[in-house]
Parts: sequence; C-alpha cells; structure tokens
Amino acid sequence: MAQHQAKKTRRSPKPASHNQGRKVYLVDGARTPFLKAKGRPGPFSPVDLSVQCGRPLLLRQPMPADAFDQVILGCVNVVSSEMNPARVAALRLGMGEAMPAFTVQINCGSGMQSIDTAYKYIRDGDSDLILAGGTEALSHAPMVLKTEAVEWLAGLNAASSPQDYVRQLASFGPGQFKPEISLAKGLTDPIVGLSMGQTAEILAKQFNISREQADEYAVSSHQRLARAQKEGWLDGEVVPAISPEGELFQNDDGVRSDTSTEALAKLKAAFEPPYGQVTPGNSSQVTDGASWVILASEEAVKKYGLKPKAVLVDSHWSALDPEIMGLGPVLTSTALLKRHKAGLNDIDLWEINEAFAAQVLACVRAWEDPEFCKEALGLDQAMGTLEAERLNVDGGAVAIGHPVGTSGNRIVLHLMNALQRKGLKRGIATECIGGGQSGAMLIEAV
Amino acid sequence: MMGHILETLSSRDMARGPFEGKQTSTADSHWAHWWFERDSDDVAWLILDKKDASANVLSEAVLKELGEIVTELENKTPKGVVVRSVKASGFCMGADISEFSELSSETEVVDKLTDAHRVVDRFEALSCPTVAVIHGSCLGGGLELALACHYRLAVPGAKLGFPEIQLGLHPGLGGTERLTRLVDPIEAMTVMLTGKTAGHGKAKKLGMVDQIVEERHVAAAVKAAISGDIEPGDNGMRGRVLSTRPARQLEARQMGSQSAKKAPSQHYPAPEALIELWEQFGGESDEAMRRAEITSFAKLMMTETSRNLVRVFHLRETMKGLTRTKADPVRHVHVVGAGEMGADIAGWCAVRGLDVTLFDMEADKLAQAVKKLSDLCEKKHRTAAERRDILDRLTPDFANQGVGRADLVIEAVPEKVELKQKVYEEVEPRLKEGAILATNTSSIPLETLREKVSDPSRLIGLHFFNPVALMPLVEVVSHDKASDKVLDRGRGFVGQIDRLPAPVATAPGFLVNRALTPYLVEAMIMLDEGIPAESIDAVAEDFGMPMGPIELADQVGLDICLSVADMLRDRLDTAMPPAPDWLRQKVEDGKLGKKTGEGLYQWKKGKADKKDPSGGAPDDALDRLILPMLNACMACLREQVIEDEATVDGAMIFGTGFAPFRGGPMNYACKRGFENIRESLDKLAKAHGDRFQPDDGWH
Repeated sequence: MAQHQAKKTRRSPKPASHNQGRKVYLVDGARTPFLKAKGRPGPFSPVDLSVQCGRPLLLRQPMPADAFDQVILGCVNVVSSEMNPARVAALRLGMGEAMPAFTVQINCGSGMQSIDTAYKYIRDGDSDLILAGGTEALSHAPMVLKTEAVEWLAGLNAASSPQDYVRQLASFGPGQFKPEISLAKGLTDPIVGLSMGQTAEILAKQFNISREQADEYAVSSHQRLARAQKEGWLDGEVVPAISPEGELFQNDDGVRSDTSTEALAKLKAAFEPPYGQVTPGNSSQVTDGASWVILASEEAVKKYGLKPKAVLVDSHWSALDPEIMGLGPVLTSTALLKRHKAGLNDIDLWEINEAFAAQVLACVRAWEDPEFCKEALGLDQAMGTLEAERLNVDGGAVAIGHPVGTSGNRIVLHLMNALQRKGLKRGIATECIGGGQSGAMLIEAV
Repeated sequence: MMGHILETLSSRDMARGPFEGKQTSTADSHWAHWWFERDSDDVAWLILDKKDASANVLSEAVLKELGEIVTELENKTPKGVVVRSVKASGFCMGADISEFSELSSETEVVDKLTDAHRVVDRFEALSCPTVAVIHGSCLGGGLELALACHYRLAVPGAKLGFPEIQLGLHPGLGGTERLTRLVDPIEAMTVMLTGKTAGHGKAKKLGMVDQIVEERHVAAAVKAAISGDIEPGDNGMRGRVLSTRPARQLEARQMGSQSAKKAPSQHYPAPEALIELWEQFGGESDEAMRRAEITSFAKLMMTETSRNLVRVFHLRETMKGLTRTKADPVRHVHVVGAGEMGADIAGWCAVRGLDVTLFDMEADKLAQAVKKLSDLCEKKHRTAAERRDILDRLTPDFANQGVGRADLVIEAVPEKVELKQKVYEEVEPRLKEGAILATNTSSIPLETLREKVSDPSRLIGLHFFNPVALMPLVEVVSHDKASDKVLDRGRGFVGQIDRLPAPVATAPGFLVNRALTPYLVEAMIMLDEGIPAESIDAVAEDFGMPMGPIELADQVGLDICLSVADMLRDRLDTAMPPAPDWLRQKVEDGKLGKKTGEGLYQWKKGKADKKDPSGGAPDDALDRLILPMLNACMACLREQVIEDEATVDGAMIFGTGFAPFRGGPMNYACKRGFENIRESLDKLAKAHGDRFQPDDGWH
C-alpha cells in the first residue's frame, strides 16, 4: 500500500542545482570518544558530552565563544533535566546568555540535520557563524513506566477521600509497573512494528548479503578504526573527555582490533533467532558520544581569519518505507550524484553510516543491481560498483558506535578531515534514518 | 552570568516601603545613617544606610540615631516597624571594630556597651510588631539588632552569624542571651563558638529566621508578619530542658572540652567565657545574662589575645585593600602544569568564578585535577548545579590552547630553571596583549627566570600555598623589571579569587619559605638529637602553631622541604646546617610525607599517626624553633624583601597559620622586645652554633 501511495504522490523533480546562495564553509569540528554503553548510565549526560568536546573546540578557535549567531544540536533521547539540550549546552559552553539555540530531532539523522539547518541559515544569509552538533547518551535512555502505571499514580494523587484512595490503591496490578526500556522501544519502528535489526534482516535477504560477508565487513570496520587510532588520524577530531570522577576517556572504546570473522561467527542472531544473521558483532554499537561542527560564511571566515577545511556543496533528504529504512542512503546519494552529474567513483570518499554491516552492503549492492536502479531509482542502468577503498576508510559505527543523534554529525566531521588528510576533493556523507528516511551531504575540501 | 538585560532590571527590586523608587532618603532628613518614615498603613520603615560607607556597621553614631528614632516610636507607636538595609553588601556587618581599639579600659567598654544595650532593649520592648528583613551579610551586632525584632525574614543569599569568637570575643550586644533564648541553646552556642555563618537555609532550620522570602515578596511578607500571620519560631524541647543550671552544666562541660581541642583556653579565653555565661544564666534570667555579657565582653576585650586578633582582622583588611586596584579584572586564567599546585590553583580559580584552562602534557594529570576539583566541591557542600558550573569552568587543555585566550598565565611546572624557561619561550609569543605571565616558583629568583623572557615587565611571581583552597596567602613577587601595572593587576587577581596578597621582592624563598625553613631545619636537628617528633610538635603547638614543624614538613612534602633548604643554603650566606643524610635518604626512598603515606610520621587516612609525647623537650626547645623563624623575618625586613612588620605578620599568619592570637611573629618579637630576642639568639648561638647568630636588624 505504501508503495502505491508513494507513486501517486511522487514529488516533482528538484532543480538541477540546489545551492543558489552564499558559500558555506565547514571550519572545524571535534567529537568525544564514543563510549560503549555498559548496562548502566555512563558518566556523561547528553549535554555533558557536548560540553566535553565543545570546550576544546571553541578554545582552539580564533573567535570568542559568543561570536556565534546560533547553536543547533541534534539529540534524540533528551533527558528531562536538559530540555532543549542545545540551549543548555550553549550556556554551559560560555557562549553567552544572548545565544539562540535549538534542538533538532529526526532520529538517526539529527546530527546531520543540525548541520543542514545551519547550512541553510548561512546559505540564505540569515547567519554567519553557527555551531552545529549532535549528542546522545544512549546509556542514559530512561526506563519509562507504562501509561497504565502513570494513570494509576495520577489516580492516587487525585484521590478525593481516604476511601477513594484505598479504591485506587486496590486497582493496582503488578504488570503495570514493569518498566519499559525506552531504548528498546525507540529502536523499534512504531508503524511497521519492526526493530531496526529486523529491517537489516530484510535488506540482507533482499540483496543476498550473507552472514559471512556482513561479518567480514564488520572486521574490516574494526581494523580500519584501529589503524586510524594508531596512526593518529583522529587526533584533534576526537578530544579526550574527563568525568567528574576523574576518569579519562581518550579513544572510542568499542574498537576490537583483534576481532576476526571466526570470533564473530560464534555470535547468535540478536533480532531474529535462530535463522537471522544480524548479530551484535555486525551491528553498530550502542554508545554515548557527541560531536560538533563549525559552519561559517565567507564573511565570518574573513572576519576571524578562519581556515576552513571544506565547503558544504549540497545536501539532500529522502524517505522510503520504514521496513527498508537502511536503503535510504542510496536514494539521497543518487539524488546528489544526479544533480552534480557524478558517478559513484567520481566522489573521492564516502561515509555511509554503518547502522548494520548488512545494511551498508545492501546499499552498495543496490547500486550494482540494474533492475533496482531502473525501477526504484529511475536510472537507465546500474549505478555501478562503489569501490571499497573509498567507503568508510577509517571504519564506521560497527566499530566506533552509533549514538543516534550524533552519528550524522560525526560522519560529516570525519569526511572533512579524511579528505584533507588524503589531499582529496569530494566526499559524500550519508546515513539511514530509523523510520525510513535518509540524509546526505556533498562536501568539497578547500 | 548576568546579561545586560537582567542587569538593567536588577537594581529595581528592593522593597523599601514608603521610600519606594527612591535611591536616598530625603535630603533634609534628620538622620545621617537611617531613613525613617511611616507608610500609609502606619508601618514605620527604618532603613539603615550608613553614610559614606559601602557596608553598614553599628557604629556609635548609628546606635545613637537609632535611640532617637526609638524615642519617636515610643512616643507614637506605629502599627509595626520594619528594619532593613539598602546596602548591596547586606543587612549589617556588625560592630565598628575600629572603635574598639580606642577603648583602653574595661570600664570604658562597659559604659559604651551599657548605652548600646539600652537602645536595643528599648527597641525590643516596643509594643508593636517589629520585623527585620535580612539580605546579604547579617553579622555580629547586626544580627543582635535583628534578634531584638519579633520577626526575621531572610532573603535567599542571606548569611547570619556571630564571628566575634574569631576576634577573641563573644557577642556583646545581647546576642548571647537572645540567640540562646530564640533557638535550641546547643545550636545557638555552636553558632557562637564556631563563628561560622549560617546561610538562609540553615538559619531557617535553626530558627534564627522565621521565613525565607524572595525579595519580590518582601512587602507582602512584612504585611503578613505585622498582621500576625507568620508563626514565630520556638526554641523547642531542648530549650526547656536546659532551663535549669544542673542540666546546662553537663552540656557546658562537653562544649568546653570540645572547644578546648580547637582553641586551648590559655590562648583563647573567649569560648570558655561564653560557655560560662550560658551555664550560669542561659534560659533563666534574661536581664542578668545580658548584664553579665557586658562584663564578660569588656574583660575579653582587654585581653592580649583579643587585641592581637583584632590586629589580625585589620591586617586582613589592609591586605584586602591591596587587591583594590584600577587594573582590569582577570577573566581567563591559563595554568601550565597540572601537578599538585597547578591543579589546585586552577581548581580554586574555577571555584571563584573565573574561566580556567589547565594544560599538562600528561592527560592523566588533567583527569586527576578534575577529580580533585570535584572533591573540593563536595567538601564545600556545593549543590550539583554549582559543581557542574565549577567543573564546566575548568577546561582541561590537552594542547596548551588556552594561552592566547588568557589574561593571566600561571606557570606551575616543577622547580627546574630550564623547564620553566622553556614554558615561557613557548607561551610568551602567544600571549594576548596586556596579559600577565606569572610563575608559582617557590625558590627560583625571578632574575634567573626572566632571562628567557623578551618582555620581563609582564613577568611576576604568584606564589600560592598548599593546600590552595585553605591557605589564604599569595606572595606577589616583584623584581626590578616588573611593571607596576602588572603587579597591580596581579594583586587585583589575588583579590578576585578571595586570597590575600603579600607583596615581596624576589629573593631566595621570598618571605614565607625563608622564615619557615630554619624552623623546620631546627626541628630536624632536634630529631637528630633524639628528641621525639611528637614532643617537638607539642612544643610548637603549645605555642599556638596550628601544627608542629615535623607534621608540617610531612604535609608540605619532605622533597620540597629539602629542595627549598638546599636552595636557601646555596643562595644565602647564613650558617644553615646541612640537611641530615637520613632526610635525603627518605626523599630518595620516596617517603615524602603525607602524599606518600609515610615521611617523618606514618600517615593514615590523611592524619599523622602520633604517639603520646613520651620524652619531654629541652627547655630551650621553643626558642630554638621560633627564634630562627623570627630571625629570618627580620632579615627579610632589613633586606627589604618585604615592606613592613605588619605585612610580615599578615603573611606568616595567613601563609603558615602562625599563632594568630600572638598577632604574628613581629608582633610577638615586639612584645618580647628586640633586645630580648637578640640576647636569646646570642645565647642559643653559644650553646648550639652559628645558625642562631642574631640578624643585624635586631639592633
């Protein structure tokens, strides 16, 4: 049914070039190490995380912290003590009481949405300098009471007499108080009732990705991250975090440089046992982390003598059926490529967020699939083969982790740094978004 | 943080009854220090606004005018009376301490106090409801005035207390009686015996105030109080139980032994006098207690201890005065080196509201610094939100990026010339215009350090003491190329972080370490002679030192003591004996004192494990310890390392805890007489060697 509707309401094609406005620079950025959730709340709240990486980032800029026009922060699981985490972060970062700040939420795309919103403000001439980030403390995702339990509590509070109170008390059933883990709930699509892992199972089946291929991909992600850490390629991009208890976190701690396909093969399917193939080993890790990117107009670059690393050339958002949300990057990136008349390998580096190894491989496979490209993407033929050495060159969320509101920001940040390090020009960062959406950004190193 | 919009509004909001919207009383007012008028409901507003002063004190003139106002109120009783202050600093800081020094006999004190009591007693006896509205500081005499009201309303942020004990006194304007009557007498005595101020919350809990009221609701709360809609506090069960003398005796004994532990009564007579006062009269006879309070207060005021403690108070004020400069305040401090001192300096600056970056090559040290600051917040009972803000202000800087942002860079790396000079070479070119470069060196002359600084006028010493959060002193070290502007700003910074500056010239060990070292070295020699550590410490503690020299050496760290002693021996031509070999051995073995768990003592849970002093110390032990310290102080004065005797006393009291009731080393020397000091030193020199050779300055 969804497909039919989609066909009927297909939107008119986008103009050839999206970007008709001012040039928008990506100046600098930094993130915290991504910290694996260990079954209890980690040492940092979402805003704590954004302060940990925001302070050193702002410190190394030539302009004062209150020079920004606004702060935009993506965050999915906002905790109740930090409503509008963007504003709380801005104030805690010493950006001044007069700093407008708002939080954006588009699930796994939140950290990229903040960049895109900032990009458009600057492109259209409304702002010159914006701090855009993403933050997520999945280990803090609260346990929530079921609606029935909340109603029962409300009834107690509203009891009009002792008799009424007793009556309310007696209406209690123990099942009501079984807490719901909001994280588990949040990772289940409310429309189609599938967990995110199940959507990956669907793609694996659709595009014929084997368990071995997914595990191999996962191992390579760990190896690439371990190498980047060892070579110091993440220095400055990842800044250490220190908890109030004095714990020092210097690196992404989910990386397993010694993992192997043999080791991963032993893991059981997590979402669809016993026959499924998506395991904790070939899925992104549940982690806490935050990331910021600074965006600036030409004027701001000149005013403060900034040294931008990249230009944000274009962005695109698409949506598709929630049960195959993992395929979103194919839609968004293809749209960007079409607009810029480029093929897959005309782009020097790709960041496709690794929600699941099978999901990334499915995207690659989809572009190789002539039928899919014709029917679903409206192309004349298959898009081609995206060369593996262009894709997630320093590992991805399988090794680094996927703090949902942060990842979109991280991949843009890393793409910018990786292009610069390798002396390459063009890059696309894209991610799938739970609920059936996707965002993509085309950037060019300066 | 306050933005300009909030700042614009914030001056608008103090309730002032019939004076609403006015900044001063009417020009033709009869009174210089009070605003006095009745509002349309016939409620009289008494607003204390001491003329030409930034803070209110209860001077004789203020009380005299109050007496006249009370007469008017007696003649035509209003519906109610409100007392409050319009000073930003608070309600009232207490009595005018400078007036104290003018009194030279107990009778004079008794006369003055009796007059003051009469005014307050008459004020209390007014037949209409009286309400004190308290914001900010409400201390000593100010609190006593508030206690004479029927109701006390505290605006959040109010601080109430009786600091008299720190001046060797107890409350003297009826406070001993009124507070023990108003609240649980044991709590009341604790407040007076410790001299600690209670914040608005604690004061409410204790019953010192009846209600906590936001400033915007003060007018409404005053109305409620005057209409009798506020329930006044009650001193509870314990007050009734302790209304007989035998019941009080037991409590008094306990209080006595507790306070003697902190402040032995032979040195500090006030706690004992206060306890006696309460034991004799508490809760039984109000008037008799107030009369006895006057006599007891007058007696205490004439003691040497009180005179000296008042002197210390003035020393503190004088040193605070040195921080009031026209220089731009420091907003961002960058500290290089996260060792013990660097970490503590950075943490303390963050506590005091400055933006701080702390750089160290070792990330672990930065992590430790954050933990230490977190622990300090805990110790100081900061709320979770306050702790968060304090920790947010301390940015661990992994790449020395804070340099360019800082108004002040403090170098606190290990005491090695090359290391420090390397830091300056890296930092100086990146300094903001007008930024200060400071060193926390304790022993290296600034002439040496500045060799690698291209603009030495911006280099000064800011020498902190360990632990920074507890030691109020900072030596502000100058040298002949330092600019006055930089020194001014340096002292201003010391004031910003609520420390006290002692201006000193660069010289080996500056003042404090130079004076302290011979004292510590002599203690080592005594150890060498077989005198037990505990006995040596006991001699110093009996003199009034906060801790003995052996314990102090362990606390400071034997490595640091040794390096300072070696440095002083090299650079000064005094006959300081070499450090004993066993001390060097201990340092080599890593037995450095408190920080390693073992030094001259074993340390357990942060405390030295001391045995009862077994053998006694020789008769000349005290002079052997103290006189070398005085001798060094005199040398510093003679060599103009430090300007005057008062600054020496302030520095030694606030930097080392030198027995405050003795008024400082130079004050002590004056009391003994320079002649006596010289002769005693001569005698010691004959008996023990040249190290006791009296300084030329004693002549």
